Amino acid sequence: MNTLSWAIRRELWENRSIYVGPLAVAATILVGFAVALAAWPARIQAASILGASELREAVQQPFVVAALMLMIIEILVAIVYSLDALYGERRDRSILFWKSMPVSDLDTVLAKASIPILVLPLVTFVVTMGTQVIMLLMGSAALTAKGIGVGTLWDQLSLLDLTWINLVHLVTLHGFLWAPLYAWLLLVSAWAPRAPFLWAVLPPVAIGIAERIAFNSTRFAAVLQNYFLGGPGGEGSSGMTMDMLAPHSLAAFLERPNLWLGLAVSAAMLFGAVKLRRARGAI
Amino acid sequence: MACIEARGLRKTYGATVALDGIDLQIPEGRIVGLIGPNGAGKSTALNAMVGLTSYEGQLRVLGRDPWTEREQLVRDASFITDVAVLPRWLRVSQALEFAAGTHPRFDRAKAEAFLAKTSIAPLGRVRELSKGMVTQLHLAIVMAIDARLVVLDEPTLGLDLIYRKQFYDALLSDYLEEGRTVILATHQVEEVQHVLTDVLYIHRGRIVFNRSMDDIEAQFHEVLVHPDRLAAARALTPIAERPGVGHSILIFEGRDRQRFARLGEVRTPSVADLFLAVVK
Repeated sequence: MNTLSWAIRRELWENRSIYVGPLAVAATILVGFAVALAAWPARIQAASILGASELREAVQQPFVVAALMLMIIEILVAIVYSLDALYGERRDRSILFWKSMPVSDLDTVLAKASIPILVLPLVTFVVTMGTQVIMLLMGSAALTAKGIGVGTLWDQLSLLDLTWINLVHLVTLHGFLWAPLYAWLLLVSAWAPRAPFLWAVLPPVAIGIAERIAFNSTRFAAVLQNYFLGGPGGEGSSGMTMDMLAPHSLAAFLERPNLWLGLAVSAAMLFGAVKLRRARGAI
Repeated sequence: MACIEARGLRKTYGATVALDGIDLQIPEGRIVGLIGPNGAGKSTALNAMVGLTSYEGQLRVLGRDPWTEREQLVRDASFITDVAVLPRWLRVSQALEFAAGTHPRFDRAKAEAFLAKTSIAPLGRVRELSKGMVTQLHLAIVMAIDARLVVLDEPTLGLDLIYRKQFYDALLSDYLEEGRTVILATHQVEEVQHVLTDVLYIHRGRIVFNRSMDDIEAQFHEVLVHPDRLAAARALTPIAERPGVGHSILIFEGRDRQRFARLGEVRTPSVADLFLAVVK
């Protein structure tokens, strides 16, 4: 356990993009929001005349856009990180130093897997909450300056809801559901003699093309798409509100057989990465 | 107990045979020099001992199988199999912190004392250090581990003369204090031979010579023979002969040193010259 925590610390030292990425996007969002605030109170006033759902969308849209932007950077950082995690230390030969310390290959791989599956979703959750709270305060100030009560804003956005929606979405979908993607990238990263990106992308593409030519079907692509993008939440919600990120039901999520199959496949691929890390030395 | 025990140790890379059946027993508490030309199998042998490479045959290091028990083994064994492998992003302070956090036998104060003798800044990153300084940092970490076995493969590559001397002095004094086993491979043989207790010659994947320094002193004699006595000297079947300035240098094997004294000045051959004599 102790060596595992040191292995994770090492990843945070090496990969500052884990927190710099989300923080940079958060800063960009806040600058953008500050500019948008000039027109925002008038838009809210207009929407409140149109109806409740229009008002809700007008208030929540910047918040959901912020959350989505942070999720996009989270996925990008996670993909780039996972592809390099077990390849980079072989390429720069530092694996020879790390292996001289009593940290097992299992702990090392678990530490590296925890970054995209656990650490990045949690870091992104904290940054998202911070960003949204600052946006709430900035919005309140702007509305007050225009003589509009802040109640309009706070009635549409409860901190508790924001916390719950962000946390559950990031941890369940981005962490657990997408774990097979990151486990696959780590496996390729542990194996690839060079160009891990190509080795990660080409096999699924080749399977898709072979299936298309052999059977004139696209089931493989459909399975992947259904697994990674056909999650709960999103469907049936109205407009750009936080509802589009809200989980339908946690119980339903946990009962998805695909989730457990995906986690089992992830565990198998990570086990393969552990074996490969032991066998493959510096490049 | 033997520190290292190998039986039929073999390693092949495709058609290349790196280790061709090594049988070896190194008792605890020796300083062993592993001597051999490039490509002889030195690094492969050392990598196998610390669990960095797989192998065929039997190998036990400190009673453990290095391939399946690497992380337990490195608690008792520290090693440098290659200098300049510290990651460039690492800070000096992070390297020490990581070693202190993960290695139960790492003494941070000792590492800092080693670093104090260098011009390495504690908050600097590896990428800001010169090649020699990266090696100094790596050696400081490895030497601060109170290990039962230290495995060093060309540890002083790129280091200046003063630091190399300091390093071998420190290695020797630690060894004398704590009775650890040291296995050292280097091409700078002349520099290390005074610290060795044993030498192993490895050639084409085989151990061709395995003696203690005391043994070598008692058994091998290098004689500076004047041309007048060369014919008589050659009659005593030297194992090697090379030209010197104004005389020939012959190496003999045998118990009785006095026997060779009448041929000329007798001394103990250097480890390097003896290697050439044995391998031929």
